[in-house]
Amino acid sequence: MSRILLSGNEAVAHGAWQAGAAVGVGYPGTPSTETLKHFAALDGVYAEWAPNEKVALEVAAGVSFAGARSLVTMKHVGLNVASDPLFTLAYTGVRGGLVILVADDPGMHSSQNEQDSRNYAAFARVPVLEPSDSSEALAFTTEAFELSERFDIPVIVRSTVRVSHAKSLVEPGERVTAPATGEYATDPAKWVMMPGMAKRRRIDLDRRIAELTEFAETSPLNVVEYRDTSIGIVCSGVCYQHVREAMPEASVLKLGIGFPMAPSLLSEFASRVDVLHVVEEADAYLARSLRQLGLVVTDLPLLPAGELSPGAIRTAFGLPEPTLREAEEAMPPRPPLMCPGCPHRPVFDTLRRKRAVVTGDIGCYTLGALKPLAAMDSCVDMGASIGMAHGAELIGGFGKRPVVAVIGDSTFAHSGVTGLMNTVYNGGAGTVLILDNRITAMTGHQGNPINGITLQKRDSHEVDLEGLVRALGVPRVRVVDPQDFEATRSALEEEIDAEELSVVIYKAPCALLIKEKQDPYAVIEEACTKCGVCIKLGCPAIGKDEMTSRAYVDTSVCVGCGQCVQVCKYDAFERTGPSCDFKGADRR
Amino acid sequence: MSARNVTTVMLCGVGGQGTILAADLLAKVAAGSGLDVKLSEVHGMSQRGGSVDTIVRFGDRVFSPVTDPGMVDHLVAFEIIEAMRNVHYVRPGGRLMVNPSSIRPLPVLTGELPPPHGLQAILAEENAVFIDADELACEAGSPKSANVVLMGALSIGLDFEEAVWHDVISRRVPPKTVEANLRAFALGREACQRGECAL
Ligand code: SF4
Ligand code: SF4
Repeated sequence: MSRILLSGNEAVAHGAWQAGAAVGVGYPGTPSTETLKHFAALDGVYAEWAPNEKVALEVAAGVSFAGARSLVTMKHVGLNVASDPLFTLAYTGVRGGLVILVADDPGMHSSQNEQDSRNYAAFARVPVLEPSDSSEALAFTTEAFELSERFDIPVIVRSTVRVSHAKSLVEPGERVTAPATGEYATDPAKWVMMPGMAKRRRIDLDRRIAELTEFAETSPLNVVEYRDTSIGIVCSGVCYQHVREAMPEASVLKLGIGFPMAPSLLSEFASRVDVLHVVEEADAYLARSLRQLGLVVTDLPLLPAGELSPGAIRTAFGLPEPTLREAEEAMPPRPPLMCPGCPHRPVFDTLRRKRAVVTGDIGCYTLGALKPLAAMDSCVDMGASIGMAHGAELIGGFGKRPVVAVIGDSTFAHSGVTGLMNTVYNGGAGTVLILDNRITAMTGHQGNPINGITLQKRDSHEVDLEGLVRALGVPRVRVVDPQDFEATRSALEEEIDAEELSVVIYKAPCALLIKEKQDPYAVIEEACTKCGVCIKLGCPAIGKDEMTSRAYVDTSVCVGCGQCVQVCKYDAFERTGPSCDFKGADRR
Repeated sequence: MSARNVTTVMLCGVGGQGTILAADLLAKVAAGSGLDVKLSEVHGMSQRGGSVDTIVRFGDRVFSPVTDPGMVDHLVAFEIIEAMRNVHYVRPGGRLMVNPSSIRPLPVLTGELPPPHGLQAILAEENAVFIDADELACEAGSPKSANVVLMGALSIGLDFEEAVWHDVISRRVPPKTVEANLRAFALGREACQRGECAL
């Protein structure tokens, strides 16, 4: 095969496929999501979305237990969810190779925090490989399967957004048949981790890590490049690429294996360079590890938060910078916003008018926190909204303001259902809104158990969400179409007023699932009273005219959903012809 | 200041404008012409109408997939506010191509912030070349092909064969839109060749 452009995610998928992985399983999370989608489309594999990362890793553990190779994918925050099985799987080890792709997001392009997953690897004592581009992403993934089986341990492949979402040239190869694991034999001392057996496996884990350390000393995954030895830089992942760009003459030790460290290799490198530096993003994981080995590492003036670039490294080393035009500070920011026609918008518009304190969750609806809707008060992690609402209710809430939990369909399946079960079990009251838009929208439209659309489009079952919520014991459950403002409002008011726990399922498809185009609306100038109610919807098609203060519609953006028509008391919106003829009101 | 024969192109715009597809075309053309390529996209919260920047770097050997202010050889802005936001990325003597149409950010739509004025004049001072990609896309028969119009204009300043562009476009865009996209590419090139796109 010739060289083709692949993203790091696609390359990991291809690497797993080449290594003969039979199963792929994960939960969508930016920047990891495309990996499983790509894997699922390759020949001869089975792939599925799991409701959360813990379940995904457990499924893969079962595949491994039964003797086949499996790939698990998640983003860094997902590893928190999967950490429970991870720590014990380090003890049990594997049968078929088990590789976990964890995609970190330094700079938080689409995450609620920054995490350096190498810490998890060291914490759980699981080896971690760090590719620096797509071609390594492929090679390291296949190698990870080998290591997993050879050292009887799950292996993490850690990427970051600039590896996962960057494309570079890759030479893909053919699929191999994974080596046979031999006949299954019952082995509770390896697979049943109760204290007596776990204690022995703990000692065995230390032995395996010692062997891996030995391996790391000479593995070609760690690369030493001697150039000018007055500067020695230890780095890994995409930081290696930035270093090579910024400091082409420096000597570099590129760690492909982030855990376990190779002490002799590092000491040797340290002894041959005049000054030892570490270049890394988001956390001082490498610097700490080197210092633990007794090496002297300088502190470069690099910001611990966010991402690196060649320029940041040049600056840290005091190299000259290009003459710069000053950045334009005055430009209005462009926050992300819900799409035109989004079914979440009426719900948040209503929550805003009700002055509800909204415990929120992770998904497109998190955008309800931004102006002008500004109707979300918390966002912590997946599934948190229901537990937080219960906690707030426990101490009497926020005076007269009602507490409302909001959660999406996929997120409810991920970890909201246990929160709701808890509220019922402990006799909590309150109002929970499940915004069921029939898809996992934020990450780019993956299926989930609630809509029953599987990754490889197999026949499946769609969860009866209303029935499930009833079965949990929620006394008041109703399904409402959020595109109907009146119904949205009356349902919310009634359920806020109810004494018991209630769940409203606001069910309407994500606007991006609606393919037939409707003609846009326009504002009748004479009818518009400048009341500004429609502006508060936060529809990207509606603006306030700078001169007249009247509303106007950008017909090239409007999808004709009719939400504005429902909020306007003066009938100022009327349907127009197809948008192309107008080329957008904003281009007047 | 492009290091060792590496060219850096930055495409900036708004989610939904097709910057990522355009970057992909460019990267494939560079790869198809035998060069090393890296492409990196930045978009917050998965493109819901936010700013999207994409960086394509190609040359003999490309290391970093990202770049820094003052290091970009060609900046192609799909929208004028984004042009202004990123103009400091252009290296001295670099090229700046701007689609003059504006997509107003939410704080402007809601009247919270005033719309920025006089951007064309400021950008003209920076030697920007303006290409009315939306209008040319309509002329080509698909309002969605503005991204390809801009690639046509960009192609004039790059050393790739037109046939490679045609090949990549034909394979990459939806089959029904190949004709319109090839027309859009040609219109972008012509706009540049007419001298409205001085190098
Ligand atoms: S992708 Fe769907 S759910 Fe997300 S903002 Fe757009 S319409 Fe709403
Ligand atoms: S302008 Fe009105 S009809 Fe058009 S997308 Fe916005 S809310 Fe819907």
